[in-house]
Amino acid sequence: MGNVLVVAELQAGVVRKVTLDTIAFARQAVDVIGGQVHVLVLGDGVDAQAAEIAAGHGADVVHAGNGAAFANYIAENFTPAVVQAAEAVDAEIVCAPSSMFGKDLMPCVAAKLGAGMVSDATEVFDDGGVRFKRPLWSGNVITTLEVTTPRKVATVRTTEFEAISGYADASVQAFTADVGARDDAEFVSFDQVKSDRPELTDAAVVIAGGRGLGSGENFDMLMTLADQLGGAVGASRAAVDSGYAPNDWQIGQTGKVVAPNLYIAVAISGAIQHLAGMKGSKTIVAINKDGDAPIFEVADYGLVADAFTAVPELTEKLKSLGIGS
Amino acid sequence: MKIVTTVKRVTDPDMKVKIKPDGTGIVTDGVEYRMNYFDEYGVEEAIRLKQEHGGEIVVVSVGADASTKEIRTALAMGADRGILVETDEELDSDAVARVLAEVIKEEAPDIVLMGKQSVDTDRNQAGQMLAAYLGYPQATFAFELKVADGWATVGREVDGGTSTKRVKLPAIVTADLRLNEPRYASLPGIIKAKRKKIDRKTPGDLGVDTANRVNVLQYEAPETRAAGQIVESVDELIEKLRTEAKAL
Ligand SMILES: Cc1cc2nc3c(=O)[nH]c(=O)nc-3n(C[C@H](O)[C@H](O)[C@H](O)COP(=O)(O)OP(=O)(O)OC[C@H]3O[C@@H](n4cnc5c(N)ncnc54)[C@H](O)[C@@H]3O)c2cc1C
Ligand SMILES: Nc1ncnc2c1ncn2[C@@H]1O[C@H](COP(=O)(O)O)[C@@H](O)[C@H]1O
Repeated sequence: MGNVLVVAELQAGVVRKVTLDTIAFARQAVDVIGGQVHVLVLGDGVDAQAAEIAAGHGADVVHAGNGAAFANYIAENFTPAVVQAAEAVDAEIVCAPSSMFGKDLMPCVAAKLGAGMVSDATEVFDDGGVRFKRPLWSGNVITTLEVTTPRKVATVRTTEFEAISGYADASVQAFTADVGARDDAEFVSFDQVKSDRPELTDAAVVIAGGRGLGSGENFDMLMTLADQLGGAVGASRAAVDSGYAPNDWQIGQTGKVVAPNLYIAVAISGAIQHLAGMKGSKTIVAINKDGDAPIFEVADYGLVADAFTAVPELTEKLKSLGIGS
Repeated sequence: MKIVTTVKRVTDPDMKVKIKPDGTGIVTDGVEYRMNYFDEYGVEEAIRLKQEHGGEIVVVSVGADASTKEIRTALAMGADRGILVETDEELDSDAVARVLAEVIKEEAPDIVLMGKQSVDTDRNQAGQMLAAYLGYPQATFAFELKVADGWATVGREVDGGTSTKRVKLPAIVTADLRLNEPRYASLPGIIKAKRKKIDRKTPGDLGVDTANRVNVLQYEAPETRAAGQIVESVDELIEKLRTEAKAL
């Protein structure tokens, strides 16, 4: 069979970088199973986005599926379109980023295709057949999986794949899906958290704060530091639960997975569920006033200090050294 | 209003998992189990819906005989009766969804409340697959749920913010952690739960072939990070980040 179909994710009409990372996974997959990398972009007026994805990121064919039913994502409308595209291109592997979008959509696609599904794939390889690796138990176990069905569905842990550029441009085709309107599910609204900072999952630097900060206002000093370094701000679940930070900032087993070049954890104890979301970072710094906090076990550099003095001092010194903006 | 809520027995996340030396699974000796955290939020939401709309809460688990313990916990919290679909096999989420689909067809509830994700296998699949098998609409990652006039309005946690979706009942809703604060079972609740009924079935009784579509070939530990160092000052931190880690 061969062929991989990537379902592109757009957010408010913008191509998310996780889509391009997923195409990098798809290239790894066609090295194993053969065939071409197809990308399906669904929306209402997505020709520009299809062209953007086609521009050298590793796809062979990009399918632009325009239709009023796709104006706003709901699984009920996207599922039949993805299933039809998977059949049309005879995809052996159908994948999407392991974002909230991919997690919501792909199990439906798998069920409808009668396909086995791998969540959070970190690797695809050949070992007498196609194999996938994925983390589970909050990142404490890695399993190697075999999917026994002819078609296979996966969500991709995009922190493990680097978007490709400079690849030959893909051809762009129109894709027409036969999707009847469902009257039992309606998109109502998307309330976007507006920010000038880079997206958490894309940022090279992430400054994350925990419950130890004590209030939402105290996150301001993390934002100042993040702005100095051109980074994003994240949070532990306890900080989100306490209302100090929006839910979209949560990093961990049940939040986002990030793997920046530099991760600075401020007043975060380092619970296993938090580590699951940031352990893959290249360099980890922990600032915590408790020298016994478990975060120090994974930190490359630990500073036992009060965040309220250490963070402003760090920002000031970086500024005076001209590091960052 | 009839509500079905699902509970999975999982290893206690506060415990360290150990992998068998031959990589065939995790060590289960001496391991403690509990109800999947996300399912507690589903059960709690079911109780709140019943308080508002009246009705019945049926709690379902698919798993070994020991899963009756998690069913009892849900009954002690306030669910009305239980169903155990007994199997000693380790099922993938797809097989679980196909089993649950048959139970739901028999029970014909107005709403199915599930967790968004098992905290052991971290798959995040069963609810969505169940919706696809039943042809029900779905609202995943719920942090807010309102039911009125045969529809559920659900606030959902999504990347980049939050989203609102409306689904017509019967529907599948999966819970995120901010949906509510699950209650503890009270002593009277625990006593009452002892008299509540738990039906037992097998996947075979339901006509479901539970052959997995995904097989685990090997379990291994992730690479560990090398131990780091403690720096004495912000100056030293900046110095090391520049020269050693080259992260600045
Ligand atoms: C099913 C489940 C899923 C979960 N998923 C996630 C997840 O995805 N992400 C996540 O993060 N958590 C998750 N958790 C929660 C996790 O177990 C921890 O409770 C949480 O990570 C703790 O957050 P924290 O480190 O901010 O708070 P705490 O554990 O309260 O730690 C606060 C830290 O701040 C330090 N501190 C206090 N004041 C200062 C100061 N002035 N200066 C410096 N340091 C200070 C303290 O020493 C302490 O170490 C999950 C839990 C469960 C059960
Ligand atoms: N064996 C099971 N028995 C009952 N419910 C389950 C079972 N497995 C999964 N579920 C439900 O499906 C949700 C998602 O599971 P999963 O796909 O395993 O992450 C869980 O939170 C449970 O509510």
